[in-house]
Amino acid sequence: MGDFLYRVLAMIRKELRLTLKDPSSRIILFAPALVQSLLFGYGATYDLVSVPYAVLDQSRSRTSAALLARLDSTGVFHRVADLDRPAAVASIINSQTALMVVKIAPTLESDLFSGTDSPIQLLVDARNSTTAGSALSYVDSIVQAFNAEQRSSRGIAAPPLRIDARAWFNPNLETRWNIMPAMIAELSLLQTLLLSALCVAREREQGTFDQTLVTPLSPMEIMIGKALPPMMIGLIQSTIVLLVTRWWFHVPFSGSLVILYGGLVLFVLAGVGVGLSISALAANMQQAMQYTFFLVMPMTLLSGLATPVSTMPHILQIATLINPLRFGVDWARRVYLEGADLSTVGPDLVPLALIATITLPTAAWLFRNRLA
Amino acid sequence: MSRLRALTLKEMRQLWRDPSNWANGLALPALLIVLFGYGISLDTTNAPVAVVREDHSPAVADVLAGLQLSPYLSPRFVGSMKDAEALMASRSVDAILRVPSNFSAEFAAGHATVQVIVHGTDASTARIIQGYIAGALGQWSAHAADRALPNAAGAAGGIFGSVTVEERLWFNAANTSTWYLVPGLVVIIMTFLGAFLTSLVVAREWERGTLEALFVTPVRPVEILLAKLIPYFAVGMIGFAMCILAARFLFGVPLVGSTLLLILSSCLYMLVALGMGLLISSATKNQFLASQAALLLSFLPAVFLSGFLFDLHNVPMVVRVIGNAMPATHFLELIKTLLLAGNVWPVILRELAVLAAYAVILLGAATFVTRKRIA
Repeated sequence: MGDFLYRVLAMIRKELRLTLKDPSSRIILFAPALVQSLLFGYGATYDLVSVPYAVLDQSRSRTSAALLARLDSTGVFHRVADLDRPAAVASIINSQTALMVVKIAPTLESDLFSGTDSPIQLLVDARNSTTAGSALSYVDSIVQAFNAEQRSSRGIAAPPLRIDARAWFNPNLETRWNIMPAMIAELSLLQTLLLSALCVAREREQGTFDQTLVTPLSPMEIMIGKALPPMMIGLIQSTIVLLVTRWWFHVPFSGSLVILYGGLVLFVLAGVGVGLSISALAANMQQAMQYTFFLVMPMTLLSGLATPVSTMPHILQIATLINPLRFGVDWARRVYLEGADLSTVGPDLVPLALIATITLPTAAWLFRNRLA
Repeated sequence: MSRLRALTLKEMRQLWRDPSNWANGLALPALLIVLFGYGISLDTTNAPVAVVREDHSPAVADVLAGLQLSPYLSPRFVGSMKDAEALMASRSVDAILRVPSNFSAEFAAGHATVQVIVHGTDASTARIIQGYIAGALGQWSAHAADRALPNAAGAAGGIFGSVTVEERLWFNAANTSTWYLVPGLVVIIMTFLGAFLTSLVVAREWERGTLEALFVTPVRPVEILLAKLIPYFAVGMIGFAMCILAARFLFGVPLVGSTLLLILSSCLYMLVALGMGLLISSATKNQFLASQAALLLSFLPAVFLSGFLFDLHNVPMVVRVIGNAMPATHFLELIKTLLLAGNVWPVILRELAVLAAYAVILLGAATFVTRKRIA
């Protein structure tokens, strides 16, 4: 046992030294985690923050001015142009100067005073359907509030229904709260997969793997020695994202660190299993990287990171069951945001453990049979 | 010329004979087309909502009727708040709508409240569901105000209509996310093939010293670079063609603008991506570093900062500036405009000019770096 530990530790030390010996690779292993978490924390957002819009106000009345003032006071909609003729609408949307044009008919005030409903037209650039959808529902709610205010100022009863809206786990419904915890899993997987896929492929390409094989280490020890360093580096990257999320973006951490890391360890273990299998199959580094990438793209798309799993077609939802990242993302999110304990997120561990128990022996088997 | 042809032939064979190139050159684009076209979606339909009815008066049935008609929501009636919370905790439902027991009494008095709780983990879905519920209930409520309280209104002596919103969605009338995800896919695939794949291949030659072996032959550096560019250019354009054909014929994305312009702009962007790949590989001369740098500088920005998933209007200034410095952002703008909006010349000329500038700078720099090394 002592020998075993000694040999594995020696192997780990060698692997870590190899990865970290080059100053540029030292930087590139850790700096990106920092840069990416900052960039994605700020950049990955579905929240509606700024919508440039133009107005074609043919009513030019006090009512239309009041409605537009309400729109302007949100801080989200800012008026970039006042149009004077309908022909100008197309060019301002086409050129993307404005995302939306509010068109108010000349009859607005007379309609309203005679008690009929009066539509305002909203022309929205739907090239980005998410922004278009959010902008629409925002304007809708502003118009409803406007109606209620106008009616009550005239002594008419407001609509008798009020909606008391609340959100669990993310009171202001910020996308960042959703994306950042998922990045904890995503970045560690990306790194673990790539490093473990490369570690054997590199040695094979440089011809040093034969030398490793003639050392007293057994294939099992070699594999453990190859598996642990990528896991460590992956977990360090997770920690960087975790720190940025918690202390830079101030997303409150509701869970337990022990549960979070417990799940992450199993998750990166599954990732290493996949990576080492790639490594054993690839003839050289280039192939290893290509196969890794070939897997990472669909894994990311089918993980629920950027779009929810529940909106996928049924058959793809089934396909996500063999995707370790789906469970890693789910784990990180639920433990981080919801403070989930083992009884609720525990089921995520089963597929992760299964993936690890299938891929790791496969990798070991591939090593023995492809190298012998 | 014959040297260039021989070299290009060599590169093509090298590309052809490695199965991993097949995986990423053809299989990955096909897979991504299927995933983006059919798989991921930012649209919410049939969102499960738990409805807790603590008041059993007919008025409540009336309120909830609007909810059941909505194509976006699928209400699920549960007995108690506790059951609803359990369903939400297990993510079987995305929201809870609670009609409190004093609803009809309050409603008669003109100020009833319903409670809507959404699961906030998935913020954007939660927001959409909130909007749908508010929409379904708001319509009912506005009408109810007119119907149920005509006397009250008359007594106060005023009538006043409501402003309603009539929406027109340009360029994507059904507002499906497929229409904007698929154009983005073109950008992703071409960035990947041009920058990532190329940087790997060329870095490998640097690392293994085979490039130096080429340098001592009579071949000129420009020829070496061109011979590397041509096959990958072809692969990238095949990926482009697959995407556009799928977009047009599988997903019904209209091609409003000129096809010729679309091809021209893609060729230009392919050169930009290749230039980036060559520059990265010549600068790092190491496969591992090149792959990380290509991922960081070309691929991830194309996904996250180009406006492909996340609208650049909504990000802080600094991120917007970084996003706008990325060629992928400009290509995306161009391709979305051409596919969905048409030949909007001010946008097209501006973005084409930007891409052309990037192509010249990046390819020039790549040639310069390679030449210096030889001298």
